[in-house]
Amino acid sequence: MTTVAGIQGGTDSSPYALSHLDALESEAVHIFREVAGEFENPVILFSGGKDSILMLHLALKAFAPAPVPFALLHVDTGHNFPEVLEYRDRTVAKHNLRLHVASVQDYIDRGVLKERPDGTRNPLQTLPLTEKIQSERFDAVFGGGRRDEEKARAKERVFSLRDEFSQWDPRRQRPELWQLYNGRHAPGEHVRVFPLSNWTELDVWQYIAREGIELPEIYFAHERDVFQRGGMWLTAGEWGGPKDGETVERRLVRYRTVGDMSCTGAVDSDAVTLEQVITEIAASRLTERGATRADDKLSEAAMEDRKREGYF
Amino acid sequence: MTTTTELSATTLLRFATAGSVDDGKSTLVGRLLHDSKSVLADQLEAVERASASRGQEGPDLALLTDGLRAEREQGITIDVAYRYFATPRRRFILADTPGHVQYTRNMVTGASTAELTVILVDARNGVVEQTRRHAAIAALLRVPHVVLAVNKMDLVDYQESVFAEIAEEFTAYATELGVPEVTAIPISALEGDNVVEPSAHMDWYGGPTVLEHLETVPVSHDLAHCHARLPVQYVIRPQTTEHPDYRGYAGQIAAGSFRVGDRVTVLPSGRTTKVSGIDLLGEPVDVAWTPQSVTLLLEDDIDISRGDLIVPSKDAPPTIQDIEATVCHVADLPLTVGHRVLLKHGTRTVKAIVKDIPSRLTLDDLSLHPHPGQLVANDIGRVKIRTAEPLPVDSYADSRRTGSFILIDPSDGTTLTAGMVGESFATPEPVKDEADDDGWDF
Repeated sequence: MTTVAGIQGGTDSSPYALSHLDALESEAVHIFREVAGEFENPVILFSGGKDSILMLHLALKAFAPAPVPFALLHVDTGHNFPEVLEYRDRTVAKHNLRLHVASVQDYIDRGVLKERPDGTRNPLQTLPLTEKIQSERFDAVFGGGRRDEEKARAKERVFSLRDEFSQWDPRRQRPELWQLYNGRHAPGEHVRVFPLSNWTELDVWQYIAREGIELPEIYFAHERDVFQRGGMWLTAGEWGGPKDGETVERRLVRYRTVGDMSCTGAVDSDAVTLEQVITEIAASRLTERGATRADDKLSEAAMEDRKREGYF
Repeated sequence: MTTTTELSATTLLRFATAGSVDDGKSTLVGRLLHDSKSVLADQLEAVERASASRGQEGPDLALLTDGLRAEREQGITIDVAYRYFATPRRRFILADTPGHVQYTRNMVTGASTAELTVILVDARNGVVEQTRRHAAIAALLRVPHVVLAVNKMDLVDYQESVFAEIAEEFTAYATELGVPEVTAIPISALEGDNVVEPSAHMDWYGGPTVLEHLETVPVSHDLAHCHARLPVQYVIRPQTTEHPDYRGYAGQIAAGSFRVGDRVTVLPSGRTTKVSGIDLLGEPVDVAWTPQSVTLLLEDDIDISRGDLIVPSKDAPPTIQDIEATVCHVADLPLTVGHRVLLKHGTRTVKAIVKDIPSRLTLDDLSLHPHPGQLVANDIGRVKIRTAEPLPVDSYADSRRTGSFILIDPSDGTTLTAGMVGESFATPEPVKDEADDDGWDF
């Protein structure tokens, strides 16, 4: 038996107890390395939002000093925030990564997808995403989904098998035992991998603050032209707002999530630093999605239904 | 800045709940989430809206935890869900396991990563068959801490004698199974007694509330008594001009600790060398411990790849091809003698064959059914497995990480079976003293 002199574990006051952020970080890194070891052609879904930025940061640490052995995949709705696209391209260049883009606008231009009457493009992402996975033969697709986001996601596995149509079947999920992740899949199938499954929104922000990770500036309070629709402040722009009866106001806002401009709402905020953002979130009585996502309010099972079809 | 630092210093506790349908598990989970302010306004509104549209009078808190369309339609819980809540002292990951028919595999799944299990009983019914089943699974999975929550104390007039009798019966049973520690707490989840707030109705109880206990139970491991183990996940070789010769062995330390200068052996090859450096996610350190994800640098350039296990030379496990284990079968397709499977242990997956199924355990009375021929979904039994290659396995009693494995169907990748190497309480003649002395190091 090997013992190390001076190490006495057993209580939280022990220097060998990990903080919750260290434990979550270690678990996520373990998941990244499992995928690197077991799959041929993994890819990281990267939207330029905080969760995907955090995933990339963890991947960089997991393989240091070697480069990240994965490419990035962005599903571009055509209604992205310009600040986020700028951040995306700068990040790809900085780390010398490969970027794949699946474009919703292309599908609309080709007549394969039709614009929805409500103008939201979020549900339209599923087809470009799943076709890109098939055409590039990605066998593992990292997503930044967290179980705390939504009740259907609370049922999601870390390794989630998808069939050749990218469908999620909650009744046929593999039990996940210990840290023994099962990534076996048939040709044409792939596995969605969620290294941030056990993180909460607050964990994400605390870790970003601890690590000093740079974010797109729309996460911090700034003045913006917005208008109200469905109880949310949406950014005015060429994508389709405001319409008749909707009026533009200039307000001090920030974003809690980053997505399609047509369905991602801003929140009133004067938080300009990470510490202020964390204080604001810790005190918030609304969940991230409840506060800022129009598409999840469409029905009681909106997220589950989209996930079943192949959404992440 | 203080906020960040203070909150970051908290630790993480993973725990699981077990209880049958009417024991009030949803109410307990709901109260823990609600009273720790983890249920936010929009979630409550959604539950109120959904309850009203079903014609229910008040908000149905089960809708908070039953997330899937089919679950809400049928009013049942299909599967394990993970929930998150926090207090200033600690953050919690709760594996919320359903109490329905498929309880065994779900509870095994939830308990496999848990450091604590809360077993609920109804104070009016006391210890029943289901309670014994839950205790047996917690013992089998070697969950370090077991909490017995005697619920619905309000319905027995908060009588101390009712609680004391149940606590005594359960503790005796659990101790016999080898459960190292039982904390019994009298509660009323509905009324909120001793869940988050101490009860005003039970002056005779001087122990912690459920939440207090969750906040203070120790979670870090006794490293001094652990065998150090590092399953190699991935070999990091940058081959860049900056790092032309870097060659690191990446993995999550499964047990114990490693220090620079340690003499180590690589299994199954048996080659030995010395740890020349440890990188903790890009930072060099002198010592690292479980469950940190690290990269080990070794003095000699020996052949090591994914699937190998790095261990202290003084404390290497045997490498064997014949494994005897207690398993829980989790797939719908039965496991039979002669079944050709894949076995994943640590980071290594090898071909294997089921040589024998000596017994199946009846959880209700812990009796053994000899040579059942097969194990069906939710069965727990003993199996003998022959692997195509030698594996360095520990006893599950010594190490949860390197003493566990899963069996996989090679044809479609289905996870078939969860396995725990070595003795379980279900051996024909358990040796009580030895089980006690073994401790619960992992």
